Amino acid sequence: MPGLGTSFGRGGATTAQQDLANADAILIMGSSMAENHPVGFQWVIEAREKNGAKIIHVDPRFTRTSAMADYWLPLRAGSDLVFLGALINYVISSQREFREYVVHYTNAATILREDFRDADDLGGVFSGWDPETKTYDPTTWLYEGAKPEPAPGMDPKAGGHGKDRGGESQNDEKPRRDETLEHPRCVFQVLKRHFARYTPELVEQACGIPRDAFLEIADVYTSASGPEKTGAICYAVGWTQHSTGVQTIRAASILQLLLGNIGRPGGGIMALRGHASIQGSTDIPTLYDILPGYLPMPVAEDADLHAYLKRNQSPKGWWYNIDKYMISLLKAYYGEAATRENDFGFAWLPRLTGDHSYFAYSFDMADGALEGLIVMGQNPAVGSPNAKLHREGFGKLQWLVVRDMVEIETATFWQDSPDTIGTEVFFFPAASHVEKEGTFTNTQRLLQWREKAVEPPGDARSELHFVIDLGRRLKARATNAARDAGLRALTWDYADEDADEVLREIHGSPHIKHFGELKNDGSTYCGCWIYSGVYDGKNRANGREPRGRYGHGWGYAWPLDRRILYNRASARPDGAPWSERKALVWWDEAKGDWTGHDVADITRGKRPDYVPNDEKGGDEALPGIAPFIMHPDGMGWLWVPSGLKDGPLPVHYEPLESNVRNPLYPERQTNPAAQAFERDDNVYASSPDPRFPYVLTTYRLTEHHTAGGMSRTLSHLAELQPELFAELSPELAREIGVANGDVVIVSTARASIRARALVTTRMPSLDVAGQRVHQVGLPYHWGPSGLAKGDVVNDLLAISEEPNVRIFESKGLTCKVERA
Amino acid sequence: MTGFFTDSTLCIGCKACEVACKEWNDVPEDGLKFSGNSYDNTIALGHSTWRHVKFVEHEATIGAGGNAPRLMTWQFSSDVCKHCENAGCLESCPTGSIVRTEFGGVYVQPDICNGCGYCVVNCPFGVIDRRPTDGRAFKCTFCYDRQRAGEQPACAKACPTQSILFGDLEELQLVADARIAKLHANGMTDAKIYNPTDSSVGGVHAFFLVRGDAREYNLPANPVVPTVYLRDAWGAAAAGAAAIAAGALVVFALGGKKRMKNAERRT
Repeated sequence: MPGLGTSFGRGGATTAQQDLANADAILIMGSSMAENHPVGFQWVIEAREKNGAKIIHVDPRFTRTSAMADYWLPLRAGSDLVFLGALINYVISSQREFREYVVHYTNAATILREDFRDADDLGGVFSGWDPETKTYDPTTWLYEGAKPEPAPGMDPKAGGHGKDRGGESQNDEKPRRDETLEHPRCVFQVLKRHFARYTPELVEQACGIPRDAFLEIADVYTSASGPEKTGAICYAVGWTQHSTGVQTIRAASILQLLLGNIGRPGGGIMALRGHASIQGSTDIPTLYDILPGYLPMPVAEDADLHAYLKRNQSPKGWWYNIDKYMISLLKAYYGEAATRENDFGFAWLPRLTGDHSYFAYSFDMADGALEGLIVMGQNPAVGSPNAKLHREGFGKLQWLVVRDMVEIETATFWQDSPDTIGTEVFFFPAASHVEKEGTFTNTQRLLQWREKAVEPPGDARSELHFVIDLGRRLKARATNAARDAGLRALTWDYADEDADEVLREIHGSPHIKHFGELKNDGSTYCGCWIYSGVYDGKNRANGREPRGRYGHGWGYAWPLDRRILYNRASARPDGAPWSERKALVWWDEAKGDWTGHDVADITRGKRPDYVPNDEKGGDEALPGIAPFIMHPDGMGWLWVPSGLKDGPLPVHYEPLESNVRNPLYPERQTNPAAQAFERDDNVYASSPDPRFPYVLTTYRLTEHHTAGGMSRTLSHLAELQPELFAELSPELAREIGVANGDVVIVSTARASIRARALVTTRMPSLDVAGQRVHQVGLPYHWGPSGLAKGDVVNDLLAISEEPNVRIFESKGLTCKVERA
Repeated sequence: MTGFFTDSTLCIGCKACEVACKEWNDVPEDGLKFSGNSYDNTIALGHSTWRHVKFVEHEATIGAGGNAPRLMTWQFSSDVCKHCENAGCLESCPTGSIVRTEFGGVYVQPDICNGCGYCVVNCPFGVIDRRPTDGRAFKCTFCYDRQRAGEQPACAKACPTQSILFGDLEELQLVADARIAKLHANGMTDAKIYNPTDSSVGGVHAFFLVRGDAREYNLPANPVVPTVYLRDAWGAAAAGAAAIAAGALVVFALGGKKRMKNAERRT
């Protein structure tokens, strides 16, 4: 989540779902929270019912979330950033920013370099753009006077998740600030100019939202902010799965910083994760570009540990401590074999040499360059974009291992043409969540322990059992060759299936209380520094006695059981709460410490008037007013000086397939840094393309689970939504001669599928810049097996990559619909 | 006496109640058929659907969410057996299979039901239904087994937004009164309580808060238990019987006299 990571310092939701109940307004966008997070949605309802909070849903469709909202605005899929940009412009131009918060807690006052050029000056790209390599050099984005430091996050080899942490530039200098926010090159003024063109009229033109409807919502949302009030934003993959996904989240971050809504009760940005432990799978990553705790994966040029640390260590802010976390991780991996003399085994870690993301592998597979694949907890034959390319790719593997609870399509793809497919497929039955113990890390960074309720049936086993056994077998095959040195050194003395033991290793050395006690001399080990504290003598993830406003004692939220991140910002610079009503954490002079309803997100005992010690590094170099302690300047970043591959500020670009011209930069239609991977098996419509006149967007339903493996096979769920359908407006239905319930064919440049038409005014046609735009919605749960069968919607999608996190675009593309 | 209060202004249409009911009571699949009727594919309560979320869809208006006081767009309401005080099913059951429980619910004892189907035609809400594969009649049990164990019914337990409340019926009525007053004060004047105490069902153990016309939620304006006609029917039958008896007596009396006369004549 580099959108949140670069803005605030940590790549996770800034708040907890329970805290939404304290909001005075909630903007839900890029998410149908009521449908996909129905349990968490209870706190949205609670805010509505108890505080009279206004619930705003902005979405192409009137969904079950809209049904619970006070306001619903339909917008053209792919125009979210225009809407958010216009809210930012509205706040600045009507002086609705929370001035004192903005001046003290954000980098609004920081002066930028003279040679920076905005996208407005250069036809849609910022200064530093290299059209040859299609990458940015971020030097001109730095604060004035800052030395160009190594920017590891900008390395083309590095994926975006390394930037879930903030702080890779602005290392040495004390940036010049103008706290009147008048200096023409201060961030605030640059921001003001940048968003000046995002007007209500542009919203009408680009989003299809009437000007007055936008202004009403802008007033409602921004009125619910200030010392006495707070507003929260909830989003999900409706924002991320775009070629501009990260910058859309950045725009929301800017909005919340301007309104003073971060680190305060009822505020924040709730990043809603798609299913159980997705947050956990980036914290302890299944990703190629980071190690546990958002430590960047080494690149090929990192000759030794020193070089790696030099590139990634910040002299100021929390990432000063990266050496302690990296060395403790290496000690967890390699134990006694990791010594100061051998760089704690740093040489044994793999290195990045390019894009090793899932999609890079997918193309390798399609090209026959991949020998084998292990698939766990995923059903790419149905669930991945351009699923057809994946199914064909499976047929070119020598072997494929699928672990799942049911025989999903990824395991049965060969049954269509068994005579031509040579892939040897191994199916391992997997235990379900009630048949194994361990933790989930949920959407709000909360680790919750679950016990095994029943034994798994037959040969089904847990992931833990499988991975430990696989590790043992691999180690047994380790040769004396140099390349196997890491495998030989790897500590792998786990019991058969003891999740408690693994959690203890994640916490680290038994004598430490939390990551604050980790050392860089090899005397401590820790499997994931941000989780350290979860097992300080007892399993805190298994805590079942909630107390206080935020339920401390139930589970454990990283870091250090903080439920609301950056909560230093809930107090004024002098340490007193902004208001009685919105008090969360405050300075208690008598105790000489921070106190309140949550664990303070600032070093214990650090006074609000603490003056940084220039001789020292790390946290001691940050002042006592700084709430964003991961950042080297301790500030919330309205402006991201380095770390994002497509610019320091958000810019609206059209989706990779769009029939609408980019109204802001007609010469720059799409995100220049995004990758389309155009090839014969991954083709695109042109923009515009009369063959595909409608906008297509995909989503999920409450009744099913993602690619359907866990729901299409169960009658109680399958019967609730038994068939694939396409939602379309009555106007479009008339135009193409389709009645409700008819079978239609939906086509994109990649594929055609069949679906039943569900004709509804909930999917309105919109007026966009003189065009009538019809939108078509498809839930993507179906496949050829299970009780409820249907065509694979993801065959319609292309594989593309947003530049920062390499996510595909599923929420806005073009299609054709006709009667079957 | 316990009951359900189902508030459709809090329902998010997640159908967790339907699924929880099926899980707990082991209710089989009710058909895999796409209806085209909004997001509702189970359509109605029946032999294998004991909780049913109704989706009432009106035209969507830009700017207005479903909680807007002036406009009703997409309402969800979880329907269930009403457990009537005068329960048509119970009164018409010839085998004694359908009984009133100590919690006030109406319960079908599956081991006694003979599948005659009288209850089906006698339910004014169309709740109880015979399962074709089995022949017997099924409906919501009011989670009798859970209530016996001091637990609330599975649907109420699973509801994430407290749209389905379970508890003491009188207390729930107070909750509902406060709720409707609040909604009206907020301008949502189309919200109303559906609790047909004045009809022939004589009160229910499951009442509702809905917006607009209750009939759109499959809640009839004046539910009529066919057995209310029984008193009149018995009256008519009695009158008929009396008339027949009287006629018989007259005939008998007259005939007797004739016989007498004949007898006299013979003698």
